[in-house]
Amino acid sequence: MKLSILGGRVLDPAQNLDQILDVHLDQGSILALGEAPAGFQAEQTLDAKGLLVTPGFIDLSCHLREPGPSYKGNILSETRAALAGGFTSVCARPDTQPPVDTPAVVRVVRERAEAVAQARVLPLGALTQGLEGQLLSNMAGLQAAGCVALTNLRLPIQDTLVLRRCMEYASTHDLLLIFYPEDFSLAAGGCAHEGAMASQLGLQGIPETAETLALAQQLLLIEQTGIRAHFSQLSTARSVELIAAARKRGLPVTADVAISHLIYTDRELEDFDSNFHLQPPLRSEKDRLALLQGLVDGHLSAVTSGHLPHERAAKMAPFSASEPGISSLESLLPWMLQLVNAGYLSEQQFVASLTSGPAGILSQKLGSLEPGQPADLTLFDPQQSWTLNASSCYSAGYNTPSWGQTLQGRVLATLVAGEVRYRLDL
Amino acid sequence: MSLTPELLQPSVLLDRLATALKSRMAEQGIEEPLLVGIYTGGYWVAEALRKRMQVNWPLGGLDTSFYRDDFSEKGLNPGVKSSNLPLATKDRHLILVDDVLMSGRTIRAAMNELFDYGRPASITLVTLLDLQRRELPIQPDLCGQAIDLATGQRIKLSGPDPLEFNLINLKEEGQA
Amino acid sequence: MSYPANPRDIQLTAEGQLKHFLSISGLPKSLLTEILDTAESFANMGEQSVKKVPLLRGKTLVNLFFENSTRTRATFELAAKRLSADVLNLDIKTSSTAKGETLMDTLQNMEAMHADLFVVRHADSGAAHFIASQVTPQVAIINAGDGRHAHPTQAMLDMFTIRRHKGDFAGLKVAIVGDILHSRVARSQIRALTTLGVEEVRLVAPNTLLPAGVEDLGVQLYTRMEEGIRDVDVVIMLRLQKERMSGALLPSESEYYRLYGLTNDKLAYAHPDAIVMHPGPINRGVEIESAVADGPRSVILQQVGYGIAIRMAVMSMAVSGQMQERSQIS
Repeated sequence: MKLSILGGRVLDPAQNLDQILDVHLDQGSILALGEAPAGFQAEQTLDAKGLLVTPGFIDLSCHLREPGPSYKGNILSETRAALAGGFTSVCARPDTQPPVDTPAVVRVVRERAEAVAQARVLPLGALTQGLEGQLLSNMAGLQAAGCVALTNLRLPIQDTLVLRRCMEYASTHDLLLIFYPEDFSLAAGGCAHEGAMASQLGLQGIPETAETLALAQQLLLIEQTGIRAHFSQLSTARSVELIAAARKRGLPVTADVAISHLIYTDRELEDFDSNFHLQPPLRSEKDRLALLQGLVDGHLSAVTSGHLPHERAAKMAPFSASEPGISSLESLLPWMLQLVNAGYLSEQQFVASLTSGPAGILSQKLGSLEPGQPADLTLFDPQQSWTLNASSCYSAGYNTPSWGQTLQGRVLATLVAGEVRYRLDL
Repeated sequence: MSLTPELLQPSVLLDRLATALKSRMAEQGIEEPLLVGIYTGGYWVAEALRKRMQVNWPLGGLDTSFYRDDFSEKGLNPGVKSSNLPLATKDRHLILVDDVLMSGRTIRAAMNELFDYGRPASITLVTLLDLQRRELPIQPDLCGQAIDLATGQRIKLSGPDPLEFNLINLKEEGQA
Repeated sequence: MSYPANPRDIQLTAEGQLKHFLSISGLPKSLLTEILDTAESFANMGEQSVKKVPLLRGKTLVNLFFENSTRTRATFELAAKRLSADVLNLDIKTSSTAKGETLMDTLQNMEAMHADLFVVRHADSGAAHFIASQVTPQVAIINAGDGRHAHPTQAMLDMFTIRRHKGDFAGLKVAIVGDILHSRVARSQIRALTTLGVEEVRLVAPNTLLPAGVEDLGVQLYTRMEEGIRDVDVVIMLRLQKERMSGALLPSESEYYRLYGLTNDKLAYAHPDAIVMHPGPINRGVEIESAVADGPRSVILQQVGYGIAIRMAVMSMAVSGQMQERSQIS
């Protein structure tokens, strides 16, 4: 299939490119930017005048809910939501039912993803068997089956010896490990940032040391074992400092932040809205600003959706009894644009944090529009207003504070491997 | 000040009532009845009557807020005064005093409340004015003056010293 | 699911009248004073031979207790009965696995009964807000304690007690002593005291029992009892749950009593006219000495009596607010 995207403003941080250019695709790859090569005859064209054309967004942490109970979503609903949000690749969390801890489950996920043919699914494998934190998973087998990285998420690892062994074994196979640093006992029972707001509301707090203590410990073991490691969804200012210091010393670590933590703080908890019950908890304004600065300074190189869709009942409970998580794939773009419009991030930084940033972390040949790269693209109108509601939302999870609200910035088309997989019909 | 051509001053009506009440009690052979004034105007009237009659009858006050039938529409008045009856009402002769009798609903509430305190021997109803717009079958035993007001007009007593009638035009105040 | 923009909105009608009573936060001083004034008339009534008025006749109150409390439930029941309401008591045991569903199911069942007033006690902070945001409009919710968040009727009866003994709130120094961390009563008291304009609120506790960032509520923190209660006009003691020892929050009861237990010796540091309060039930010899609890400065028993009047006031005000809102809509 030969396809040309005409007249759009092409923004590709990987090439430091920001220019109105035509993009020509052939056989699933980027063929050329600008003038069409001699003899190229497009079979299809997309008019992108007034739109931004960027590499397809890549999400480092997304829950697709399959295998597992379908009322929370499934691979079709959530990868469709990903496309509608501008994502062409999503890393799928391993805490499905059953968890992704054997090559067989990885195959199930990949086959299902191929069958539904929406966004690319990059499975994350479990670091320990059953994510129970005791026995090593078949890491090499998971890698061979297609896992791009391994993680134990926020689930506790039995002790530091097991953690060290996980790292040593992973280093044998040059695997990328993703950590969600959290000290189990300091965080146990908590549901909100430990501070004045949680104290006023009588919610049990999670101190910032729950994150920084685990992060510091993991950094020291990473230094000892020499593995490639990534830290996902950091939430505190102090964590950004620890990452910056480690990188300065030459440690090959990267880190990301969830979009929710860039736009909200614990002030939102005042009315006990369970949509703000998140893991890690929304923290202070000081932390939010430090996370944004970390992104600007390059200590954090990606923004993740942290997408965690829930059915209605999961959130229909008093705050602490509700299930944590936010459905965010489809509102991430408008939220990011809010940050750009408010002057926190440049357009280059915003796009890089969703494209070249995560691609670099995963060492995947994605996230760029250089000729020869897979033709994964997102076309969006940064001005268009729309309402997030049951008729516009593809995800099975309606658990977002933006529900029913008018958002600005909308994806109009998403292409995966040169194929238009999502197109907004107005 | 004359509000309507025929309306008399409270002092004139009080004199009239004091005489009538004293002789009525004597006639009935009631020696020391309990005066019960409905807050706030009725209590002032009861106090003034006791002074004019030069008697030492016990005096109590009644707040009917908790017994009103318009709680659903109007809600609770935060300035509720507690009812204060100095002695038991059971088997006692009561003189219930209010300033202005209109629909009869306040008297209904007051009698319900009085019966919660005990079964009185008798209740005599005394009011300064009767606006003759009854919605319940309640009639005063003694009344200073009966008058007719135009629709939308009310009379409110201010006091306690001096007691004065004020004419209120509900339409002007924006009917509450 | 939609939530109101701030807690004040959910508790008050457009005219600023009470329609739910969930927490002290968001309520203006004038409304707290109105609650105290209304309670004053009910309190006088309690001293008379007739203790019952027909204000809420025909209304149904449901005591929805997800957490056991015979005492609190009884005071709400008595208050409702003195207002002539019909009372239904429901004790609901929740399994920890299906808390949310149970709560929603229960609510839907309750709504089918056409109750006018729910009194809710629940182990989760925010439960009363959650219920108020989910029930059919026109049902008033009164929070009888939610997790560690709020216990506003208890706080208001404490304010009532203080006003009866001290007359005015201005110029008062009040110390709250003990397990602030786990205390919903303390959180509501702090809000009520600062809203009503006392001069100083002090919290006295070891650091393990002081919640993080609590100083943002406009209170002074003290870790030494003698300094904390020096010259105060009111000492409020909090109950210490035995399980705090096992949670590594305190070493022992005896050490706690030695450092924070209210004895006549320690009380000597307070103002000579200081009153001693306690939300009850008392652990004698743990947080308070019997001689103090039963002594002349203790107003603990009076607090219990005032609880009925405060609850009558809040119930009648909330039902009245709901009815007026209803009549405006229709």
